[in-house]
Amino acid sequence: MPYFEFLETYGGRFLEGSLITVVQFVLATIVSVVVALSFGLMRMSSNLAVKSFATVYIEIFRGTSLLVQLFWIFFVLPLFGITLDKFTAGFIAVGMNMGAYGAELVRGAILAVPKGQWEAAKAINMTPAQRMRRIILPQAFVIMLPPWGNLVIEIMKGTALVALISVTDLMFEARQINISTFLSVQTFGTALIIYYVFARFLITPFMRFFERSMARKIGRA
Amino acid sequence: MEWRWDWTWEILPRFIDATGKTLMAAGGGYAIAVVLGLVLVLAQRTPYRIVTMCVREVVEFIRSTPLLLQVFFVFYVGPQFGINLSPWTSGLIAIGVHYAAYLSEVYRGGIESVPKGQWEAAKAINMPVTQTYRRIIIPQALPPAISGMGNYLVGIFKDTPMLSVIGVAELMHTANAVGALNYRYLEPYTMVGVIFLAISLPTAFLITQFEKWVRRKMGMK
Amino acid sequence: MTEDMSQYPLRLEGDNIPMVRFQNVRKSYGALTVLDDLNLDVDAGEMVTIIGPSGSGKTTVLRMLMTLETINGGVIYVDGEPLTHMEKGGVLVPANPAHIRRIRSKIGMCFQHFNLFPHMTALQNCMEGPVQVLGLPRKEAEERSMELLQMVGMADKRDQHPSRLSGGQQQRVAIARALAMRPKVMLFDEVTSALDPEVIGEVTNVIRKLVDAHNLTMLMVTHQMGFAKDISDRVCFFFNGAIEEQAAPSDLFENPQRERTQQFLNAVLESN
Repeated sequence: MPYFEFLETYGGRFLEGSLITVVQFVLATIVSVVVALSFGLMRMSSNLAVKSFATVYIEIFRGTSLLVQLFWIFFVLPLFGITLDKFTAGFIAVGMNMGAYGAELVRGAILAVPKGQWEAAKAINMTPAQRMRRIILPQAFVIMLPPWGNLVIEIMKGTALVALISVTDLMFEARQINISTFLSVQTFGTALIIYYVFARFLITPFMRFFERSMARKIGRA
Repeated sequence: MEWRWDWTWEILPRFIDATGKTLMAAGGGYAIAVVLGLVLVLAQRTPYRIVTMCVREVVEFIRSTPLLLQVFFVFYVGPQFGINLSPWTSGLIAIGVHYAAYLSEVYRGGIESVPKGQWEAAKAINMPVTQTYRRIIIPQALPPAISGMGNYLVGIFKDTPMLSVIGVAELMHTANAVGALNYRYLEPYTMVGVIFLAISLPTAFLITQFEKWVRRKMGMK
Repeated sequence: MTEDMSQYPLRLEGDNIPMVRFQNVRKSYGALTVLDDLNLDVDAGEMVTIIGPSGSGKTTVLRMLMTLETINGGVIYVDGEPLTHMEKGGVLVPANPAHIRRIRSKIGMCFQHFNLFPHMTALQNCMEGPVQVLGLPRKEAEERSMELLQMVGMADKRDQHPSRLSGGQQQRVAIARALAMRPKVMLFDEVTSALDPEVIGEVTNVIRKLVDAHNLTMLMVTHQMGFAKDISDRVCFFFNGAIEEQAAPSDLFENPQRERTQQFLNAVLESN
C-alpha cells in the first residue's frame, strides 16, 4: 500500500488519537503545575509534618515508574473505593508523576532567588506570605521556566503511556492500526513524526516565547 | 481489600527473579547509552556543519518522542523486512538509543562547562586535539556530568517497565502476569512499586556521594 | 546557657532615652563569636558610623537591628521598646512575629548590593511597601514615592526596571524605597562598596541631604573614611567583635587613642 493511500485510509484515526493526546497533555500539565507548586512550597515549609509529607510524596513518585503509578492508580485504587475512569486516571497519573519532578524545580528556583531579595522584603517589613507572593515567586517563576520547557516535553511523552490502560490516544490508535495492517514502519513512523512535530514545532517554540515574554515583563531582557 | 501476606511470600520468588531481569535490562541499556551517547556528542563537534546539524536533529527527534512508541517501532519494524529481533534485543536497542540521546546532552553540557582557556592552554603546549580531549577536557568534563549521568541511570531503570509491552519478562510484565492469573492486583503492583523505590532511592543517594567523592579527589570544589 | 533576663528593663523610660540601644548583645555562629557583649546607644537624630576591618562584626550590628540575624544574648531596644523580646509575666521573653513586625516598622535599610526587586520598576519598588505593607491607597503611595524619587534625583527614571539602571542609580532608588516606609532609623550597610568610584558621589550626596534635612537616626557601615568624617556625629571603631574606640569624628580620625585604631587608620589612609 503506498504511503499516500495509507494516510488516506488511516489519517482520520491518527487525527482522533492526536486530539486525545493533546487533551491528555493539557490536563496532565495543569495537574502537574498544581502539584508542583503545592508540594514544592510544602517541601520548604518549616512545619516538620508538612515538609515530611511533601518529601515522601516527591520521593515515591520520583522513585518509581510512571507506568507502575498509572497501573496502581487505575487497577489498585478502586480496591480502596476510589474509582477513576481510564481517561481521568490517565492524566491524573501523568500529572502527579511529573508534578513531583516539577516540585523540585519549584524548590530549586525559589532557592535560586538571591538572598538579598528576601532581606530587602523583610527590610520593608513584609509578612512571610507577602514576601513569597510578591517578591520571591515572580522571580522564581522566571528562573524555572527553562527547565519547565523540558518537563513539559516529558509530560507530553508521558501521556503515551495512557494507551496501556486503553485511553484511545495517538499511541493507542497506532497500535490498533499496526495490529490490523502490519504496516509497522508507516504506522509507528507516522505516530513518531506527529509527536515530534508537536514537541519540536509547537510546544518548544511556545515555551521559548513564554520565557522571553516573561523575562521582558520583569525587566530582565 | 486486605493485603495477603501468605500470597505475597508465595509470589515473591518470581519477583526476585524479575528484579534481576529488570537490572539486566537497565544495565545493558545503559551500557549502550554510555557509548553511543559519546558517539553522538563527538559527531556534533566535527567541523562538518551538515553532520552536526543532522546528528543534532536526530538527538532532538529521539528526545522528543515517547520511548514506548520507539520500543514498538524497533520491535515491529524488523519483521516487515524479514528481520526478527527478540524482545530483549529490540528492548535494549530502543532504551539504549533513547538514553544515548539524553546522555549525549549531559556530555555536551560537561564539555561546554570546561573553560575556553583550557583549550587555549592545551594548544599553547602544542597538544593535538585527540590528546586534548583525553588528557585535558574529558577529565574536567566528567565531574559536572556525573550527576546527570547518575540521574539517567536511575531513569533508565525506571523506564524498563515499558519493555513489558513487547514481552520482556521484567518486573512489570511479571506483575501483570501474576495479577491477571489470580485476579488480584493489589500485591503485585504494590510490590513492584516498593522494589523500584528500594533500588532507586539508595542508588540516587550513592550517586550523590560518588559525585562528591570524585570532586574531592580531583581537587575541584 | 540561659541568661538572667531580669537584668533587662521591660522598656526604656524617661525623657532622654536613646533611639537604639544594644544592651549586652551577643552573636555567634556555632563556636565562632562575632559580637561579644555589645553595648551601644544611638540617640534620636544622631548619625553614627561604624568602621573597622572586615570580619570585625560591623555589618552584623546593622543586620541584627534589621532582624536579618538572630541574637544569641542581650536585648536590643528601639524607640524604648525591645525589638525581639516582649514582656510576659514581668520579664522579657522572645517576641512573637507580630511584635517584631511592629517594632521593625521603625527601621529601614539600604544594602551593599541594593537588592532592588528586579521585576518592578523604580516607582513600583518604592510603592511596594507603602501599598502592600502599610496599606496606603495607591495614589497616596505614588505621591509619596515620587516625592522621594525626586529627592534622590531619580524621578525621570520612575518607569525603568533596575536592570536598566546603573549601580549608583539603583542605590538611590533603594534609598527612596527605604524612606517610603517612613522609618525612624535608617541603616546603610556599605552602600557605596559595590559602586564604581565615579558614581559614589551620587549616593553620598543623597545621604548628606538626609542628614541635613531630616531628623532621622542613622547607622552606617562604610569604608569611605572621608565621608564618615564629614558626616557623622560619632564614629565607632570595631575590632574583633567589640567596640575598640568611639568618639566624635574629628577626635577619632585626628587623635585616635588606641593603638589598633591608629594601625587601622594608617593602613586605610596608606592604601588610598
